[in-house]
Amino acid sequence: MTPGGAPSWSFGPADSKKIEEVLDTLLYESNARCALLVDRTGQLVVTVGEQPDFDSAAFASLTAADFSANDQLASLIGEEEFSSLFHQGRSESMYLADVGKRLILVVLFNKQTTLGLVRIKIRNAVSDLNKAFEEVFGRERGEARPLERDFVNEAEDEIDRLFRE
Amino acid sequence: MSMINYASREINCKIVYYGPGLGGKTTNLEYIFNKVAPNTRGKLISLATESERTLFFDFLPVDLGTIRGFKTRFHLYTVPGQVYYNASRKLILKGVDGVVFVADSQVERLDANIESMHNLYENLAEYGYDLRQIPFVIQYNKRDLPNVSPVEELDQHLNPDRVPSYEGVATTGVGVFDTLKAVAKLVIKSLG
Repeated sequence: MTPGGAPSWSFGPADSKKIEEVLDTLLYESNARCALLVDRTGQLVVTVGEQPDFDSAAFASLTAADFSANDQLASLIGEEEFSSLFHQGRSESMYLADVGKRLILVVLFNKQTTLGLVRIKIRNAVSDLNKAFEEVFGRERGEARPLERDFVNEAEDEIDRLFRE
Repeated sequence: MSMINYASREINCKIVYYGPGLGGKTTNLEYIFNKVAPNTRGKLISLATESERTLFFDFLPVDLGTIRGFKTRFHLYTVPGQVYYNASRKLILKGVDGVVFVADSQVERLDANIESMHNLYENLAEYGYDLRQIPFVIQYNKRDLPNVSPVEELDQHLNPDRVPSYEGVATTGVGVFDTLKAVAKLVIKSLG
C-alpha cells in the first residue's frame, strides 16, 4: 500500500530547465502559443510560451479529468488508451498527449499553425519528455526530501488563520 | 499523492470530499468558497447536471500563502455521490492526499452512508491506497434535521477506527471549517 500524504515525486530546478527546453523547442518548431504540463492528479507542473489569461488551476484539474474520462472511454471500447486528444475550436484549439502515464502535455494553438504540424512536433517532444521524466520518477522513492518541521508549524497557524468564520 | 515542485517552489495537496448523494459535499465547498477571503481562492468549478447534481466533480483551489518559501495550496474536490457515477468518482481519488467523508445523519440514509464508505475503501484499494494510512476525517452532516441518528450510532457503523469526526450543518456552515482545518492539518503533517 502507498502511505497517504508522502510526496510521491518532486521536481527540481535542473529538471525544470531540461523540460522547459523541450517545450520551448516544441513551441518554436510548431508555432503553437503555449504548452502546459499537468500531472494526472490535476496539478499544473509547468507552463511555457504565452502565459495563459485563464484560471490555470481550474484548467489543470479539468485537463486531468478530461484525460482520465477518455482513458475510461478507451477501455470501454476495447482500446488500451487514447494517447492523445484533440479539441478544435473556432479560433483556438488544444492538443493533449500522454507523457509516461504520469503527465499530460497540453498545447494551445490557433490558426498560425496547423494540426498536422503540431501533432508531428508533439510526438518528438513527448519522446524527449519521457526521457527527462524517467530520471525524475526514477528517484522519487529515495530522494524525496521531507519538509522542515517549521514548515508544518507555520502551515498549521496559517490554516487556523485562513479557515475561520 | 502531493507534488512538491522545488523549481517553482510550490506544494499542492488534494483533498477529496466523499459520501452518499445529496449528503452536502458540494454545500461544504460552496460555504468555503463564500467564506474564505476572495484573494485566497480560485473559481469554484462545478461539473453538475441541470438539476445541480454533481456529475463529475466540484473543484475549489484554496491558497494557504507562501510558507517557508513554498507556495502552498489545497485543491478541494467533491465526487458525485450517486451510486451510478462510480467510474467518475474513482477518477477523482487519483493522487488524493486527504479524505473527508460527509455522512448524511438522517436515519433513513444510514445504509447509503455505509454503502458509500465501503465504496470509498474499494476505490482507494484499486489505486493501492489504504484509507487507514491517509489523512481522513468524517463530518456528520445535517445535524439540524429532526430525524438524525445519534453520533454514537454513526460512529459505530462508519468510524470503527475513531478518526476525527465533526457534527455539521453545511447549509449554515456549522462544522464546515472545523472539518476542513482538521483534514488540512493532517495532510500538512503527513508531508513533514
